[in-house]
Amino acid sequence: MLRSEMKGQRLVAVFLLGVLLFNYPLLALFNRAAEAFGIPLVYAYIFCAWALVIGLLALVVERSR
Amino acid sequence: MLQSWVIIPVSLAYVGVLFAIARYGDRRADQGRSLIANPYIYALSLGVYATAWTFYGSVGRAAADGIGFLPIYIGPTLMMALWWLVLRKIVRISKANRITSLADFVSSRYGKSALIAGLVTVIAVVGVVPYIALQLKAISHSFTILVQYPEVVATGAREPVPILSDTAFWLALLLATFTILFGTRHLDASERHEGLVAAIAFESLVKLVAFLAVGLFVTYGIYDGLADIFAQAAAHARLAGLFAPLGGAAGSYGSWAWLTALSMLAFMFLPRQFQIAVVENVNENHLGKAIWLFPLYMLAMNVFVVPVAFGGVMHFAGLAVDPDTFVLTLPMAEQQEALALLVFIGGLSAATGMVIVETIALSTMVCNDLVMPVLLRLKSTRIAERANLAPLLLGIRRGAIVAVVLLGYFYFRLAGEAYALVAIGLISFAAVAQFAPATIGGIYWKGATRAGALAGLGAGFAVWLYTLLLPSFAKSGWLPIGFLEQGPLGIAILKPYALLGLEGLNDITHAMLWSMTANIGTFVAVSVLTRQTVAEQAQAARFVDVFRREGGDLDVHPWKGTASLPDLVALLGRFLGPERAQAALAGYARRRGFAAPAAMPADAGLVQFAETALAGAIGGASARIMVASAVKEDALSIAEVRSMLDEASQVIATSHELKVKSQELTRATAELRAANERLQELDRMKDDFISTVTHELRTPLTSIRAFSEILHDNPELDAAEREKFLAIIIQESERLTRLINQVLDLAKLESGRAE
Repeated sequence: MLRSEMKGQRLVAVFLLGVLLFNYPLLALFNRAAEAFGIPLVYAYIFCAWALVIGLLALVVERSR
Repeated sequence: MLQSWVIIPVSLAYVGVLFAIARYGDRRADQGRSLIANPYIYALSLGVYATAWTFYGSVGRAAADGIGFLPIYIGPTLMMALWWLVLRKIVRISKANRITSLADFVSSRYGKSALIAGLVTVIAVVGVVPYIALQLKAISHSFTILVQYPEVVATGAREPVPILSDTAFWLALLLATFTILFGTRHLDASERHEGLVAAIAFESLVKLVAFLAVGLFVTYGIYDGLADIFAQAAAHARLAGLFAPLGGAAGSYGSWAWLTALSMLAFMFLPRQFQIAVVENVNENHLGKAIWLFPLYMLAMNVFVVPVAFGGVMHFAGLAVDPDTFVLTLPMAEQQEALALLVFIGGLSAATGMVIVETIALSTMVCNDLVMPVLLRLKSTRIAERANLAPLLLGIRRGAIVAVVLLGYFYFRLAGEAYALVAIGLISFAAVAQFAPATIGGIYWKGATRAGALAGLGAGFAVWLYTLLLPSFAKSGWLPIGFLEQGPLGIAILKPYALLGLEGLNDITHAMLWSMTANIGTFVAVSVLTRQTVAEQAQAARFVDVFRREGGDLDVHPWKGTASLPDLVALLGRFLGPERAQAALAGYARRRGFAAPAAMPADAGLVQFAETALAGAIGGASARIMVASAVKEDALSIAEVRSMLDEASQVIATSHELKVKSQELTRATAELRAANERLQELDRMKDDFISTVTHELRTPLTSIRAFSEILHDNPELDAAEREKFLAIIIQESERLTRLINQVLDLAKLESGRAE
């Protein structure tokens, strides 16, 4: 039970990180007419942040089993 | 060569494959070797979230405003992170109470209220049937476009065709057949539809492959990679503006956040998501892997949306091609017949998956929570007295499936190109989001009452109707447009898109703000102002404390009444069929430690078991009605429950006191025993001492006596001799006195009076 609670709390932390990454003001920092690797900055940022969140979710879920 | 005589057989072959997979899945389930009992299939089947609206519509939206479509898919990713806390609880509760639909879940939480179950069903049907219509439209639309190959038509707008020669009509019937075959095999709906889930998981795979194929083709076939597309787009007058679209074309940061929150809620509360995530869940441990696999699926589904949208806009520059069809028209324009066909099949899989699961979920609700309670309450139908109700129930459910699909089809024919259909995706999301306060509140807050949930749902639904659905009718021309522009009867403060003068928000944000305020506000306010009945309290505790109660069906809530075993057996037999009823009862008897069902007492536990078993077949609210009709129940009043509780707590307090007292006694006894031992030891020491002292006393006494006798017997002794003997006597008596004084001192010492 304890491990499951721990997992739940870590996942909530990832959720909060996601809320932070996908909202104003962090989002606004990247909402500029600039490019990264030939991709408009805001698109590159969103997909990278998205992949980061998924990676963290996988890490939390798989490591604690 | 893409004539309809090619497309239709290929589509039919695809549906045939679905049938085969579903059949195989069901057969494996019957053999006990489940095909879907692994987290990968579970995560894939969750992909039913991505409908034709995703498959075709995302690109359309991206072409218009860049990243405005993304919150719809980021929301579920965030929600998945909370699943371990929220959904695991919902799954656990649903399994313990045999809950088979969202309506059942909400009504079970609030004392199995038939009213709440009905209201949830109505909201779900009104909110979701147009969404089904949208799927049928997408299929018919893409078919119309594909059949024109190699010509790329401007839009897929259709000529009016008679129903019988409309492919969408036949497709709707085909889907209804599929759903009936694989969705209503058993009556006990909590027995999951394994074959169907396997087919849905396969569909998720097909649409992902199709979309990735077209994405790769556009990016690397038509253009020269991502960098090339964006470099060309940077030179395009309108697309360049979409490079930093937030705060401009894609809406404000506020509406972005609202859209994310809305899709988080929709992902939980769309009937099809609840069906797949909760009802069809085989094992709650599958949630673990799904938590990151499903977001990965969403990510893969969205990677190529923007490149395809931008590529399409540039490719069809100057042509009036609907961006919603880019996924299909780009391969067609490049003469890629096979790819175009694959894309069509991908869209077909996205649409059919949604229609099938949504229809199952809605038909269960309509049957269990709308039709059955009414039939059971109508005394004139005498329905409760029939011997075997199983065929009737299956009939109702099959009828409901056909009705839901046809309702969707006729809405599609009626609405056609109207705004009310085009915008329905987010409007549906906002409708099902109204379930969130009553559900989430219900599993964490014991104080939430039936009246509160009813008021919250009602208020939220009413505001949703007024601020989203009616305006969409007005925009479609079904209501006077003045309703939108000047407000109803010209009352400006009631304008549906600017309620109470709140302007400057887009329609979804505005509607979410007001409906959630009304919903949560009334839910909380009415809950704290009203009292729960006993049944509600019992259910609230079962839901909120589900992780603390591991007793399963042996955990009994307070109940008073009289029941008879044969009545209950007959009741179960009528709904489940005699064999299944017997098997279920035998299993329950074994768990309680009885040899045969007949040996069991017809007590509260058995009545509750019967109710839960029935709930799996006809829903919690109907099961409550049926059980209440079969057993004689005395309603427990609050006062009785309270006195029972008081009694119990008094007994507990008394026994606690007793325990403390007995502990004190034990301690006192031990102390006494120790004191006694010490005393005995002292006593023994005194005896020793006295015998020693007595011995010592004897010596001077003997010498006094001896010399006294000498003096007495010899009066002729000379004076000097006499003097000497007398001195010895005095000396010895002084010694005697000293000895006695010492004994006295010792006695004083012992009694503690020595100074």
